[in-house]
Amino acid sequence: MIELFLQSVLQDNLALTFFLGICTFLAVSKRVETAFGLGLAMIVVQSVTVPINYLIFQGLLIEGAWGWAGLPEVDLTFLKLISFIGVIAAIVQILEMSLDRYAPALHRNLGVFLPLITVNCAILGGSLFMVDRRYDLPESMVYGFGSGVGWALAIVAFAAIRERLRYADVPHGLRGLGLSFIVTGLMSMGFSAFVGVNLP
Amino acid sequence: MTKSNLRHLTSPLIDNNPITLQMLGICSALAVTTALDTALTMSLALMAVLATASTVISLIRRHIPASIRLVVQITIIASLVIVADQVLRAFAYEISQRLSVFVGLIVTNCIVLGRAESFAMRNPVWPSLLDGLGNGLGYGLILMLVATIRELLGSGSLFGVPVLPLAVDGGWFVPLGFMLLAPSAFFIIGLLIWAIRTRRPAQAEADEFPILTAAAGGRK
Repeated sequence: MIELFLQSVLQDNLALTFFLGICTFLAVSKRVETAFGLGLAMIVVQSVTVPINYLIFQGLLIEGAWGWAGLPEVDLTFLKLISFIGVIAAIVQILEMSLDRYAPALHRNLGVFLPLITVNCAILGGSLFMVDRRYDLPESMVYGFGSGVGWALAIVAFAAIRERLRYADVPHGLRGLGLSFIVTGLMSMGFSAFVGVNLP
Repeated sequence: MTKSNLRHLTSPLIDNNPITLQMLGICSALAVTTALDTALTMSLALMAVLATASTVISLIRRHIPASIRLVVQITIIASLVIVADQVLRAFAYEISQRLSVFVGLIVTNCIVLGRAESFAMRNPVWPSLLDGLGNGLGYGLILMLVATIRELLGSGSLFGVPVLPLAVDGGWFVPLGFMLLAPSAFFIIGLLIWAIRTRRPAQAEADEFPILTAAAGGRK
């Protein structure tokens, strides 16, 4: 379990190894505070959606799931994309409304980021990887939380580097997006050094 | 085809490229570019989904209530992606296994939703179709460029056909294993953006904090 957690945070980092959520990663990383808010929202949404999608996949979509209704040969796995994206959108919406109701201060900080997360490929990617790698329920809970933490870690570190880079004298054409890509590449090299880290 | 329609098709190729300028759909672009055949399959799948989605959304744009338009768009896109995924599984199973989750991730590819929201919702069918095709082509162009560099330098072949004689087979070329790893894609795209922006200075971003020179009296 701890191994799976570390693996999802470091070696299999969603942003830096699988390039998921890079659009948001590059767009919302100009300041550390906003990056931190987005990272936090990402952790919450990811650790809720992956287990729920697991339950939906196992309970409704997988081959034989409708056996109790006398339809043992029904296989709805091809519907997983559309149901996952629906679940993600619904959960983000519910989360936003309940935060607004019960924790308005948190909502003020995270509110703007929540809609952005619906179209973040890291969330959908997390759920798809969960199906692909055949995690069970506890594993998918750990994986959801871990991959969220990994993504948040990457974006906060990246935003911190970018804040410093503002004062660098960069060639004209490389400014902005070009340099961001190269810095992300360097970070990704750094994270790939974690491959092979094993707990004793 | 009139001139303005042609413009919808050609401007996303370089001038308004979805990846290097609009910053859309980068996620999937990087992961599938280790080999040319996966990159080509991915570009074709995206192009088909994007053109169809733009057409369909533009057809029903007057009937979509503004408050639920995102849900409608996502549903249309997700259904099209499922079709593309199933077609790939049926006719190119081996490649669809190598693309793993990335075909499914076309759903959240910001290009598709971005073009639907910003173009197809406001324009008639024919320009929307061309805009979808053009953006798909622009995306494919970058993908193919990156994949060519990565496959040629990473394994000395193009489309799986050996081009450079490998050192292990008695040739002279030692493959760069780094090109097959994740970071190289970031570097290649970064350098590509640099090259494009040097050729077309209008695309370069303004400096947020220009360096003040003493000669200008500390002002710019």
